[in-house]
Amino acid sequence: MIALLFRDLRLAVRAGGGFGLGLAFFLLVAVIVPLGVGPEPATLARIAPGILWVGALLSCLLSLDRIFALDFEDGSLDLLATSPLPMEGAVAVKALAHWLVTGLPLVLAAPVLGVLLNLPLPGYPWLVISLALGTPALSIIGAFGAALTVGLKRGGLLMSLLVLPLYMPTLIFGAEVVKRGAAGMTVATPLALLAAITAGALALLPFAAAAAIRVNLR
Amino acid sequence: MSLLSAHDLAVARAGVPVLEGVGFALAAGRALVLRGPNGIGKTTLLRTVAGLQPPLHGRVQAAPDAVAYAAHADGVKGTLSVTENLAFWASVFGTASVAAAIDRMNLRDLADRRAANLSAGQKRRLGLARLLVTGRPVWVMDEPTVSLDTASVQLFGDVVRDHLAAGGAALIATHIDLGLDADVLDLGRFRARPAAAGGIRSAFDEAFT
Repeated sequence: MIALLFRDLRLAVRAGGGFGLGLAFFLLVAVIVPLGVGPEPATLARIAPGILWVGALLSCLLSLDRIFALDFEDGSLDLLATSPLPMEGAVAVKALAHWLVTGLPLVLAAPVLGVLLNLPLPGYPWLVISLALGTPALSIIGAFGAALTVGLKRGGLLMSLLVLPLYMPTLIFGAEVVKRGAAGMTVATPLALLAAITAGALALLPFAAAAAIRVNLR
Repeated sequence: MSLLSAHDLAVARAGVPVLEGVGFALAAGRALVLRGPNGIGKTTLLRTVAGLQPPLHGRVQAAPDAVAYAAHADGVKGTLSVTENLAFWASVFGTASVAAAIDRMNLRDLADRRAANLSAGQKRRLGLARLLVTGRPVWVMDEPTVSLDTASVQLFGDVVRDHLAAGGAALIATHIDLGLDADVLDLGRFRARPAAAGGIRSAFDEAFT
């Protein structure tokens, strides 16, 4: 398990691009939006939570199809399936590697981008907390989508169509936490729901994804 | 005592039955070579034996954690070095002897080279070295000698012979004589009859059960 984690991290870092790609995309979204809607501080402050969350979600989506597709193409997935590693564990570990490479940098970079979008000061801690709680769900839901489409040629687009609707609850409650936090309101309810979605996804989806991979390998 | 056996096995590729009534037993120290024309179902049979797909009918018996499968694709990661590739599989299978496998498959000079820079034959040798680090007794191999040169085929034949002498077993789909004292199973006589019940129908039903 640990070996698989280190291998995936090493591959992501060495492949070049894989590591910084999502982060650079997130940065570009945050830079482009003020250019599009204009520099009005009040407008930016109002849309900042939503834009930051949508940006995080899209940057996660960018690298999802690499989770299993590369291993499928070079035959490693067959060999992993016949190895002593349980497929459920392999899915969870690969999702964790995806989060460390994509989600964690987004969490750390988000406050800087919040400045670009004029996020009100009380919103910053909630931005970091909501992303830290929500992005693991993005990675594991994405791993499930990638598992469903693993054998398909050019399955990336289909995967995006499958995964984006599943991301909606996370997006709604994640952005709600930041919005309420920025307005100085209590955030307990959306925060609890966000955490519940992540916990539920982490508990169930490795099994669903492993089943999907087994079917796709036949 | 047999390490691996199949009884009245029927296998299907993409829902179409290709082989039926296949039976064999593989004892420790023995090798079984699968023969048959292209498309007869050698790969499908091996994937079924390796547990990657369920048989249509019949059963495969193997000791738990006995089978190591080597497919057409080697599962080699181009951005990792030869040693790193093997070390990954060694830790997945819980063994530690990477150096021995590297020496045995004559990869010592290439140990620190990135796998992307290996030739096709060198990559194959790396893929076969993976079998050595699995530490499993039954090697199930699909055309292991593709893109190997004569010397490497001989080297690989020796490796398999040592494995058999050490109490292992091997199931090999190949058309090349590896110089093994092996039994031959010609799959031609197990070809599934076109009208054989099961195949498409059960694949259809399977989607709704």
